[in-house]
Amino acid sequence: MFANFMAWIDKRLPVTDCWNKHLAQYPAPKNFNFWYFFGSLAMLVLVNQILTGVWLTMSYEPSGDGAFASIEYIMRDVDYGWLLRYMHSTGASFFFIVVYLHMFRGMMYGSYQKPRELLWIFGMLIFLVLMAEAFMGYLLPWGNMSYWGAQVIISLFGAIPVIGDDLTQWIRGDYVISGATLNRFFALHVIAMPLVLVILVFLHILALHEVGSNNPDGTEIKKKKGSVKPEELSKFKFHKHYTDKYDIVDAIPFHPYYSVKDIMGVAFFLFIFCWVMFFAPEGGGFFIEAPNFEPANGLKTPEHIVPVWYFGPFYTILRVVPDKLLGAVAMFGAIIMLFALPWFDRGTVKSMKFRCTWHKVNLFQFTISFIVLAILGTKAATPLNNLIGTIASFGYFGFFIALWFYSKNENTKPVPERVSK
Amino acid sequence: MKKFILAVFALVPVLAFAAGPSLPLDSANNDLADKESLKRGFKTYINYCLGCHQLQYQRYNRTFTDLGIEEADGIENYMYTGEKVGDHITNTMPKKEAAAWFGTAPPDLTLEARLRSPDWIYTYLRSFYIDESRPFGVNNTIFKDVGMPHVLQDLQGVSSIDESGKLTPAQGGSLTAEEYDEVIRDLTNFLEYVGEPNKLERKALGVKVLIFIFIFFILAYLLKKEYWKDVH
Repeated sequence: MFANFMAWIDKRLPVTDCWNKHLAQYPAPKNFNFWYFFGSLAMLVLVNQILTGVWLTMSYEPSGDGAFASIEYIMRDVDYGWLLRYMHSTGASFFFIVVYLHMFRGMMYGSYQKPRELLWIFGMLIFLVLMAEAFMGYLLPWGNMSYWGAQVIISLFGAIPVIGDDLTQWIRGDYVISGATLNRFFALHVIAMPLVLVILVFLHILALHEVGSNNPDGTEIKKKKGSVKPEELSKFKFHKHYTDKYDIVDAIPFHPYYSVKDIMGVAFFLFIFCWVMFFAPEGGGFFIEAPNFEPANGLKTPEHIVPVWYFGPFYTILRVVPDKLLGAVAMFGAIIMLFALPWFDRGTVKSMKFRCTWHKVNLFQFTISFIVLAILGTKAATPLNNLIGTIASFGYFGFFIALWFYSKNENTKPVPERVSK
Repeated sequence: MKKFILAVFALVPVLAFAAGPSLPLDSANNDLADKESLKRGFKTYINYCLGCHQLQYQRYNRTFTDLGIEEADGIENYMYTGEKVGDHITNTMPKKEAAAWFGTAPPDLTLEARLRSPDWIYTYLRSFYIDESRPFGVNNTIFKDVGMPHVLQDLQGVSSIDESGKLTPAQGGSLTAEEYDEVIRDLTNFLEYVGEPNKLERKALGVKVLIFIFIFFILAYLLKKEYWKDVH
């Protein structure tokens, strides 16, 4: 019965073939470690954001007069509205936690290197759109930090020579942040950005499956056709799309092996996620900032206007540059550096395990710099903080510059032919 | 790898400085589960605060249900101005005139405990002192030049401030210092409740969800182990 049904479908749409090609017979390296959970977790959070977002939209009122009150209506009068709202707000912060760890994984194991440059670019586009999505979503509760945060960030565009003032006015739809801004941000937040995000995620996965997954050793699991002895081949059945072109070693089908492993990862993640959501939904004032419990007020600024923590690193870079235009250039430059990472790295060895000591030191200082920048972004701009922020900014940009120099003729360890375990 | 992660965790706190002085606040030590305390706080709020400060996002009947107040009792003892039981807890103070009277219109306090923290409220209401230079003759140590008069002066009496910036014990109130602190604790408790009426429900549900996820994790782990026998 079911077989007949699937045969009928498959004649008209390649469902079974697609399932096999991308899941049941997709060759994934068998040595994925902890860091490989974050891709599937990012998708989980995306689904969470979309679903809770749809239900929040049903009760939210996108207007300057009604937005703040409608959030409290959701928190008090809508059945389990508080849960939906916290799932969405906690989800936003966890989205960035998961995405940052996912990106860091790519940096450690060289997953951006040839032939995965385009895969990395799609990932960076996702990150960029995600930042826009989060920024616009953050205005919607219409709290005072929402208001002033948006005010500060949008005013950055005013630093652009000649067109700056007109541009900021065009973005806001008004001379100041107002209901008009709220309405357009709402439209972009619930329709435009999520649509782009979903399409980019689709392309990201498609590109991944074309070049294949990297692994902690950075070795290639697809060998030249005919180069591997039959007894060395992976014993699992893979889709002919892969086996026609390559001999496949050290791989297992994504489904069921990584699907069951990812379910375990999901459970572990949900435990931490729910812990925060149910017992500390404000995330210590980082996930929901205290000034946002006061409605937007154009005449009263919060004591310190700080962005949400996930914009911290880039905001600090902006702030430590004394000139506004140059600061904005540096901030966008920091993201462009990440886009260009595949070309800054001229090395051929992927995993940090087999790269030179300089690389390990460099990646280490980059990690520290990034976290320090993130922390400083949520603090007041004291002279000491600015000094530390300047040093950390040099660390951030220095990573890419140094990488470009030492990666050309790098003293690397031999990379094993096969994965280590 | 592990060393790498450990080193990151070790170095970050050294490099990142926490900045900004924070005011020393007294701990409110309130208990959201204490419904009698919440009821007393609610009563104090109705009697002393509501005239100026609305709770415009909170409804009377919701408050009655959560605090265990019978509806008839609630209408009789907690609603003075003829609202319907499903109405929000509001007042009729005209905003424009209020701004002229106090310098700024008295803010809504539904979310005050989330905006400033319960400890802040508890400390603030115990920190008024005589300052003849102010329109209402009082000032506050943690909210400098506040526009609000000391509404609870009948209960607490008045403090003054000495040269070192310390408050003297309040004189001339109808309550002792301990009794007054208790009234403020109840009021703080009530404001924390109003800030997030679902707080206790949230935590109770959280425990159940975490237990569920924990069991789910064990099953997922066993399932993974079973499948991965083929791989190793």
